[in-house]
Amino acid sequence: MSSYFLKRLLMLVPTLLLVTIAVFIIMRLVPGDPVSMMLGDIENPELVRQMRAELRLDDPVIIQYLDWLADVVTLNFGVSFVTGEPVIGTMLSRLAVTAQIVTISVLLASCLALVFGTLAAWRANRRADLVISVLAIGSMSVPAFWVGIALIIVFGIKLQWLPTVGYVSPLDNFSESLQFLVLPIMALVVAETGGLLRMVRATTLDVLSKDYITAARARGLSERSVLFRHALPNTLIPTATLVGFTLGSLLGGAAVIESVFTLPGMGRLLVESVYARDYVMVQGVMIFVAIIYVLVNLLVDMLYPVLDPRVRLRA
Amino acid sequence: MKLRPNAIIGIAGLGLVAIVAIGGVLVSPYQAMETNFLNRFATPSASHWFGTDEYGRDVFTRVAVGSFITLRVSLAAVALAIVAGTVTGAMAAYFGGWLDRAAMLVSDSIMAFPSLLLLLGIMAALGPNEWGVILALAIAYTPPITRVVRSAVIAALAREYVTSSQLIGNGDLTTLFRHVLPNCITPFIVIATSVFTAAVLSEAALSFLGLGVPPPAPSWGSMLADSRNYLGINPWMAIFPGIAITVTLLSINLVGDALRDRFDLRMAGGD
Repeated sequence: MSSYFLKRLLMLVPTLLLVTIAVFIIMRLVPGDPVSMMLGDIENPELVRQMRAELRLDDPVIIQYLDWLADVVTLNFGVSFVTGEPVIGTMLSRLAVTAQIVTISVLLASCLALVFGTLAAWRANRRADLVISVLAIGSMSVPAFWVGIALIIVFGIKLQWLPTVGYVSPLDNFSESLQFLVLPIMALVVAETGGLLRMVRATTLDVLSKDYITAARARGLSERSVLFRHALPNTLIPTATLVGFTLGSLLGGAAVIESVFTLPGMGRLLVESVYARDYVMVQGVMIFVAIIYVLVNLLVDMLYPVLDPRVRLRA
Repeated sequence: MKLRPNAIIGIAGLGLVAIVAIGGVLVSPYQAMETNFLNRFATPSASHWFGTDEYGRDVFTRVAVGSFITLRVSLAAVALAIVAGTVTGAMAAYFGGWLDRAAMLVSDSIMAFPSLLLLLGIMAALGPNEWGVILALAIAYTPPITRVVRSAVIAALAREYVTSSQLIGNGDLTTLFRHVLPNCITPFIVIATSVFTAAVLSEAALSFLGLGVPPPAPSWGSMLADSRNYLGINPWMAIFPGIAITVTLLSINLVGDALRDRFDLRMAGGD
C-alpha cells in the first residue's frame, strides 16, 4: 500500500510541474510591470533598477521560473506585496478558517446524502423518492451564495437571531465563533447535499438490482439490514470519490460563501489579493490550493481498501 | 418520443426565462442603466414589477437584460469548450501515443485546480471583461469534455465499422469525424449539459465576486453582490436575480436529466 501511495505521488509530479508552469504563465500575462505596481508610479530610475535586480526580473524567463520553482518546492511562497508578511503564514491561517466551515458542511451534507439518497433509492418512484429527488435537484440548482444571502435576510435581519458578518476564532471564544459559522455552514449544506444525494441514489439503485441483494432478501433479512448492511457499504466508494472532490474544490473555492459572510478564508484571500494586485499572494494561493486539491483526491483513493475490503491497491 | 415530466418542466422553465428576457426588453418602459434617484429601493409594484435598486434602476429590466449576458457568455464558453474538447479528445483517442499523453497531461493539470480558483486566477490576469470570462470558462471546462470524448472514442474504436471504414480507404480524419464521433453522442450530450450548468453558475459567481462581466452591465451575479449592502433596506433586490439564476439552472438540470434518462440507461435508474 505504501509503495502504491509513493507511485501515485510520483505520478502527480508531472501534473504539478505543469500546474506551476501554468500559474507562472498566468502571472506573466498580468498587464503592468510588477515593480511599478509595488512602488506606485514613482519616477525614480535608481530605485526601479534596484528593485528589478532584487526581484531578478532581468534574468531570462526560464531562470526566473526555475528560481521560483525552487522556492515553491521548499514551500517558500515569498512575501506579500501588500502586507509584507510571508505568504505561507497568511495562507495557513486563512486555510484554518476555510477548513472548519468546509469540513463540517461536507460532513453534514454527506450524512444527509447517504441517509436520504438510500431512502430515495429504496422507495424508487414512490412519493418519498419524488419529494427527495425534487429537493435534490433544487439543491443542485440554487447557488450557495444566494442561499447565504437569503439566510442573512431571514435569520440576521428579520429575526435578528444571528450575526451576519464577521468571524471569531473558536480558539478565542467557542460559542461566539459558532454563531458566526452556523449560517455559512447551512448555506453550503443546502447547496452541496443535492449532488451527493443524487450520486448515492443512483449508485444504490444500481446495487439494489444486484443478485446478492435478492439473495439477502430471499434469506428473510429485514429490509433495514438489506439496505444498511448489504447495500450501503457498496455505495461508499463512488460517494467517497465525490465527497473528496467536493471537499477539495471547496477548500479553494468557497470564495463566494466567504465573501457573503465576510469570513477570512482562503477563497476570500484570493479575491482580495486579485483586487489588491498582490500577485505574489495570488500565485501562492493558486499553487497551494492546487496541491491541497490533488492531495485530498489522492487520500480519498487511498481510502478505497478501507471502504471496500475487496479492493487491493497495487503498485 | 414521449416527453417525460422533467423534460416538460425544464423546457417550460427555459421558455419562462426566454419570455422574461425578450418580453422584459421589449415591454419594459425602462432602460437597464436608466437611473432615477427619486425612486430608489422601491418595493415591487405595478410600475416596477421587481422593484428598483440603489440607483432607482428597474430591477425587472435589469434581470431581463442580465439573462442575455449570462446566456451569451455561458453559451459562447460552452461552444468553445465543446469544439476544443471534442477535437483534442477525439484526436488523442484515435492517434494515441505522445499526442494522447500530452492531451491528458494538460487536462490533468487544468483539472488540478478547483474550477472557481482557476477562473479567478485567469480573470486576475485578463482583467474583468466579457471575452475574458468566456475564455476563462472555456479553458476551465474543456478538460472534462476532452476526457469524456476520449473514453467514448476509445470504446468506439474497437467496433468493426472502424476497421471497415479504414479498409475501404477512408482517411483517418474521415473515419474519426464521419464514423466514430457520431457514435459517441450519448456521453457527449450528458457532459455538455452538465458543463453548461457549471458555466452559468460560475459566470454568476465570478460577477458576484466582481471579476466577471464588469458593471454597470446588469449581470445577475453583480446584481446580487450590489444587493448585499442594502439587504436591510430592500431585500427584493437580492431575491429576484437569485430566482432568475435558480430557475435557469433548474431548467437546464431538468433538461439534462431528461436527456440522460433518454440516452444513458446506466444513470436513468429505477425504471
